[in-house]
Amino acid sequence: MELNKLSLSEIKIGLEKGDFTSTELTSHYLERIDKHDEQLNSFISVTSDHALEQAKAADQRYKNEDALPLDGIPIAHKDIFCTKGILTTCGSRMLSNFESPYSATVYEKLDKQGMVMLGKTNMDEFAMGSSNETSFFGKVKNPWNQDYVPGGSSGGSAACVSAELAPVATATDTGGSIRQPASLCGLTGIKPTYGRVSRYGMIAFASSLDQGGVIARSAEDAALVLEAMSGHDPKDSTSLNLDAPDLTANLNDSIKGMKIGLPKEFFDREIPSFVENSIEEAIAVYKDLGAEIVEVSLKNINLSLPVYYIIAPAECSANLSRYDGVRYGYRCEDPENIEDLFMRTREEGFGAEVKRRILIGTYALSAGYYDAYYLKAQKCRQLVANDFNEAFKNVDVILSPTTPGTSFKAGEKTNDPIEMYLQDIFTIPANLAGLPGLSIPCGEHNGLPLGMQLVGNSLEEAKLLQFAHSFQSNTNWHKKMPNI
Amino acid sequence: MSLSDQELKEIAYLARINVKDESLSALKVELEEILKLFEELNEADTSEVDAMSHPLDLSQPVRKDEVTEKNEREELLKNAPSAKSGLFLVPKVIEGEG
Repeated sequence: MELNKLSLSEIKIGLEKGDFTSTELTSHYLERIDKHDEQLNSFISVTSDHALEQAKAADQRYKNEDALPLDGIPIAHKDIFCTKGILTTCGSRMLSNFESPYSATVYEKLDKQGMVMLGKTNMDEFAMGSSNETSFFGKVKNPWNQDYVPGGSSGGSAACVSAELAPVATATDTGGSIRQPASLCGLTGIKPTYGRVSRYGMIAFASSLDQGGVIARSAEDAALVLEAMSGHDPKDSTSLNLDAPDLTANLNDSIKGMKIGLPKEFFDREIPSFVENSIEEAIAVYKDLGAEIVEVSLKNINLSLPVYYIIAPAECSANLSRYDGVRYGYRCEDPENIEDLFMRTREEGFGAEVKRRILIGTYALSAGYYDAYYLKAQKCRQLVANDFNEAFKNVDVILSPTTPGTSFKAGEKTNDPIEMYLQDIFTIPANLAGLPGLSIPCGEHNGLPLGMQLVGNSLEEAKLLQFAHSFQSNTNWHKKMPNI
Repeated sequence: MSLSDQELKEIAYLARINVKDESLSALKVELEEILKLFEELNEADTSEVDAMSHPLDLSQPVRKDEVTEKNEREELLKNAPSAKSGLFLVPKVIEGEG
């Protein structure tokens, strides 16, 4: 039995029946990380000792027959989630020495379910990037072809799950950072409704857009972990005051008679024919399953990219003002005075993309420009959200490509920020409207995977996962894994 | 939208990020490209729309007014680049009179 091939429910059954122990499974994954991750660079920290301790405790609980729901199942956490006493870097030099004094709610919830942390995954610095090339800890390689990027910002989470160095990983999504790397690495990635997953201890980038989620090998695996991560958290004032939804009960229900909306504005864009073909094939699968296909219009969708690149940098410029070299993190050497301490700490501690976004955000919020940029963007954001509200009166989910193409070569887009930003053209709108979205594999081109995106109405993660699972029960794209 | 060197320096100062003179021109080009993207918003009619500051339109529960945080001064100071006697150390801020 190849332990790294097992789904989460197969792992759970194996552990319950005593086919293998969590210690064996965890050691197996740690060995794989040891063997392959020097090349891929998907982890910033590997927490072997901690993992083996957790695994041992889980094995004891299985022996005592009081195992927790996800007991002994390994997971990798994006290095944006604070973990007490363990390095939490957010991919930045600024936090390259930061050991958090507390843990993120996401970590604590999964810990309480018995999940074993293998390590902390690499990411674009402060989650700003779409290729995982902006990390202070080096770029991550795509396991399907190591000349290519895994996507970003959750590139480490996607690469390690795709290379089977972890069965599942946490991730975060501000403009597509779960869905885009999932698409580029042939995985299932879900970003729930804004507020479903607590942001406490999840290092902030753009607070009105940031949302935690999961990258997994199937919708079923993603459902199990997302359910365990969700639910109200008194420590996060923007957390939805709702219990965690049941995401697995309806997974196998038929989607017959349900409606899929195709936004004509997305398909009016110039997209490569191989993307179009894969999406058409996916639509055909859904038709066979009895879904009805309806055209919808999101007429303001083209505003999404400029709206995002005003709002996200504006919020980031405020959030990242906390990194001042005084209380924690990097500090420049021999500051002459307090001003020099701030200015040089931030010059040296942040990478180019982070500084670019802080400057854009500072500009958009500065006196004289606030109304023209920030306020205007907030109004346009409402227009985008209104379009979705209108569309969801008639359809159950909205389907589109996740990305404009398959993965691209490292270095190909690094000198052109706008070209890089276009990676997220299909994913950003769901963040602006706060809606749940997922990406599942639906094709391949030149040996690289390709994903489709499903966006659901507010709080309808279960329905999204039902659509994804029903596709995966009738196709094999999600079962394809790279040879590493 | 074009930025002058002076404007860029002012923004960088507001953000408290030192920008070296030799990198100003390249940075300016990059930022101008991004600002150009924003012009697309001018076409949108927003006269009848309220600003959306947040995706959620829900009220949040208020917690009980109880102290939940422990005093973790030592724990929190462990990450400080420089600390002494339970305080963060920074270069001198207030100039004394002789």
